[in-house]
Amino acid sequence: MTSTLARPASDAPAQTPGRSPRRIGFGHRLSRWDLKLSPYLYISPFFLLFFVVGLFPIAYTAVISFMDWDLVRNSGEFIGFEQYTWVLSNPKFWIALRNTFSIFLLSSVPQLIIAIFIAAMLDQNIRAKTFWRMGVLVPYVMAPVAVALIFSNMFADQYGLVNNFLASIGIPAVPWHSDAFASHIAIATMVNFRWTGYNTLILLAAMQAIPRDYYEAATVDGAGRIRQFFSITVPSLRPTLIFVIITSTIGGLQIFDEPRMYDQYGTGGPNSQWLTITLWLYNIGWGEWNFGRAAALAWILFLIILVIGVINLVVTQGVVRTEGSRGQLTRRQRREQSRAARERLAADSVAASTPKEDVR
Amino acid sequence: MSSRAFRRSAIVAAAFGASALVLAGCSGDGGGSETVNPDEPITLTVSTFNDFGYTDALLQEYMDENPNVTIVHNIAATSNDARANYFQKLGNTGLADIEAIEVDWLPEVMEYSDLLAPVPADLTSRWLDWKVEMATDPDGNLIGYGTDIGPEAVCYRTDLLEAAGMPTDPDAVAELLTGDWDTYFSVGQQYVDSTGKAWFDSAGATYQGMINQVEAAYEDPATGEIIATTNPEVEDIYNAVLDASATQSAHLQQWGDDWFAGLANGDYATMLCPGWMLGVISGNAPDVTTWNVANVFPGGGGNWGGSYLTVPANGANVAAAQQLADWLTAPDQQIQAFESAGTFPSQVEALADPVLLDSTNEYFNNAPVGAIFTDRANAVDVVPFKGQYYFQINDAMQQALTRVEDGTQNPQQSWDQWVSEVDLIG
Repeated sequence: MTSTLARPASDAPAQTPGRSPRRIGFGHRLSRWDLKLSPYLYISPFFLLFFVVGLFPIAYTAVISFMDWDLVRNSGEFIGFEQYTWVLSNPKFWIALRNTFSIFLLSSVPQLIIAIFIAAMLDQNIRAKTFWRMGVLVPYVMAPVAVALIFSNMFADQYGLVNNFLASIGIPAVPWHSDAFASHIAIATMVNFRWTGYNTLILLAAMQAIPRDYYEAATVDGAGRIRQFFSITVPSLRPTLIFVIITSTIGGLQIFDEPRMYDQYGTGGPNSQWLTITLWLYNIGWGEWNFGRAAALAWILFLIILVIGVINLVVTQGVVRTEGSRGQLTRRQRREQSRAARERLAADSVAASTPKEDVR
Repeated sequence: MSSRAFRRSAIVAAAFGASALVLAGCSGDGGGSETVNPDEPITLTVSTFNDFGYTDALLQEYMDENPNVTIVHNIAATSNDARANYFQKLGNTGLADIEAIEVDWLPEVMEYSDLLAPVPADLTSRWLDWKVEMATDPDGNLIGYGTDIGPEAVCYRTDLLEAAGMPTDPDAVAELLTGDWDTYFSVGQQYVDSTGKAWFDSAGATYQGMINQVEAAYEDPATGEIIATTNPEVEDIYNAVLDASATQSAHLQQWGDDWFAGLANGDYATMLCPGWMLGVISGNAPDVTTWNVANVFPGGGGNWGGSYLTVPANGANVAAAQQLADWLTAPDQQIQAFESAGTFPSQVEALADPVLLDSTNEYFNNAPVGAIFTDRANAVDVVPFKGQYYFQINDAMQQALTRVEDGTQNPQQSWDQWVSEVDLIG
C-alpha cells in the first residue's frame, strides 16, 4: 500500500495527459480489493471461531496427552508417550473398542434396513401422509436421556417390562446387565428407536426425487412392487445411502448417552460389558480427573475415526464413480478414448482437405 | 491476498482471541480481606446441591441480623454437576464464596487444601471428632465446616422377620444383631434357612458398610502407597461378604431399577441404612407400612456420606464468607436444616438438642430416629483413610462384587481381575 503511494512521482512524467491513465485510481483499487478480499472476510468469522474453539483445543489436547496433567493447578509434567502406552496396554481399551464397534453395527445395520422400508411405505400414496411422516420423527425429538431412562426401565433384569413379558410366554429372562451381547442389543435398541425416524425422513426425501416415469415404465413392463423396489428405488438411493451411512458411522463411534444412562453408575458395567470409548474417556477425565490419559485416549479415538473416515471415503468414491460414469470405464480410459476420437477427427479432416481423394 | 498470508493473519487473530480469553480468566483475582469494612454492603454466594435444608427463611434470618449482607443461594441439580464445577474452577476463579462439598470428594479436595481458607482453630471442637478428622489436611488445617453426617443403622421389614419367626420389636432386633458382621450374617443364615428369601439387598452395599470400618484399607496413610491388593483385611471382608451373599443377598445392585423396586417388593429383610436412607426408602416404597429401623450396626459404628462447606481462599469476601459458613453450621441452624430437609447434624451440641432427640419418623412406625442416629453417630470410632486413589480402587471393588453377584465370574476370577485393574491405577 505504501509503495503505490510513493511511486507516482517517477511514473507521472511518462504519462501523456488526456490518455487513459496508467495509474489506477484508489476507488478502482478498492473495488479490486473488495472483489478479492471480501469473500475471505465474509467467511473469516467461522474460521476465526474454529481456530479458537476448535483447532486450539485439539492442539492443546495433543500437548496435554504427553503430560501428567493437573487440571486444578493447570500444570503438568512432560512424560512422553507414557499415557499412550497406558491406554493401549489397558485391556479396557480393547474391550471398549470391541463394544463400540459391536453397538455401532447392531444399531446402524438394522436401523438403515428398517429406515428404507419405512420410507418406502411412506412413499406410497397413503392417507394422512404428513401425520405419518412427522410421526416417525417424534422419537428423534425426545431427549436421549429420557429415552435411556425409559429403556433402562424396560431392560431391568428382574422387574423390567421385557423380561416380565418373556417370562409370561415361558422364555427365560435375559441377563441384560451382565451379558455383554445382551447389553449391546438393549443399547442398540435405544439408538435405533431414536435414529430410525431421522434416517427414514432423509431416505424418503431421496425417494421422492426418483422420477415417477421409472415406476410407470416398470409397471407397463409388468414389474411387481417388490421388483420395482429392488431394481429402481434401492439403486437410485445409493448416494443418499452413502451419506446416511457416513453420518451414522460417526455417530456410532461416538456413542455416549445411551451406554452412560444404561445403569445407575454410568461406568460401562461391572465387567465393562457396555463400556464404549467415549464413555471411558469421560470417566477417565471427569471421574478420575486424569486429563493426560483422557487426552491420549481422545487422540487415539481421533485417529480411529480418521482411519474409518478414509475407508469410508475410498468406498464412497468407488461407489459414486460407478454411479456417475458412463459404463464401467475409468477416467484414464475415457481420456484415451476421447484423444483417439480427436485424432481420428483430425486425420479425417486432413484427408478431406487433400484434393486427390475421391468423394465417397 | 495469498492464502499463506491469510493463514498467518488468521493464526495471529486466533492467538489474540485465545490470549484475550486467558487474560479475562485471570483478572478479578486477589481481593482478600485486608480492608474489611464490616458495614460495607456485600453479596455472598452460597453454592449447594440436593437439599441442604437452607431455606429462604433461614438465610433471611442471617440477612436480618447482618443488614449489609445479601445472600445468593445456588443449588446445583446433582452433586456430580457440583463436583465437576468445583474442580474446574478451584485452581482458577469463579467459585461461590461458600461451596458445599460431599465427603466423597474429600480425597481430591485434600490435595488442594492450600487453595481453601481453613476453619479458625477455635471452632474445631464444635463438631464430632471424626467429622473434623476426615477433613483435616496433613498440616493440621480443617478445610471444611461440617454440615450433615450419615451415621448408619439397620433398617428391616417387620412383616418379613415375623414370617421367619424372628423378633420384630426394634429393641429386640437390635439385641439380636448386636455384635460383629459374623453375627449379622449368621442371623441372616437363620432367616434364609427358614424362609428361603434374601436377607440383605446387595453385596456391594454391605461391603461398603464393612470397609468403612477399616482404618487403612487401600492406601498406606504414611506413604500413600497402594496396599489394597495385599491387605489381608480387604481380602477377608471380600470373602466374608461374598460367602454370605451366595445365599443371603437379593443380588440387587444398589441404585438400580431393580433395587428401587425391591424396596417396595420385600425382596430382602434388612439393609444398612444411614440417616438419609430413610427418605430414599419412604420415597420409593410409599405404600409399605412395615419398614422399621433398629438402633444397631454390626461391628460398631459406621458413617456413610455427609457434607462440608468450604471457603475458597481466593474469594472476594473470605472473612465474611467464613462468618456465614460458621453461622450456617452452628447447632441452631443445623437443627433447623434437620427439621426442613432431614440432614443429620454433626455438631456435638446439636446432637444433644431435644428437638433432635425427640424427633420420630411416622413412616418407620414412629421410630425415634433422632435418638437412634445420635447413638449411631456417637458409636463411630474409626475414620477410614481415603487417599488419592481411594475411589478408583473402591469403584473397581464394587464392580468386582457385582461381577460375582450377577454370575459373570466366580469370586476368585473376579478378585484376580480386580487385582490387575488396581495394578493399572496410579
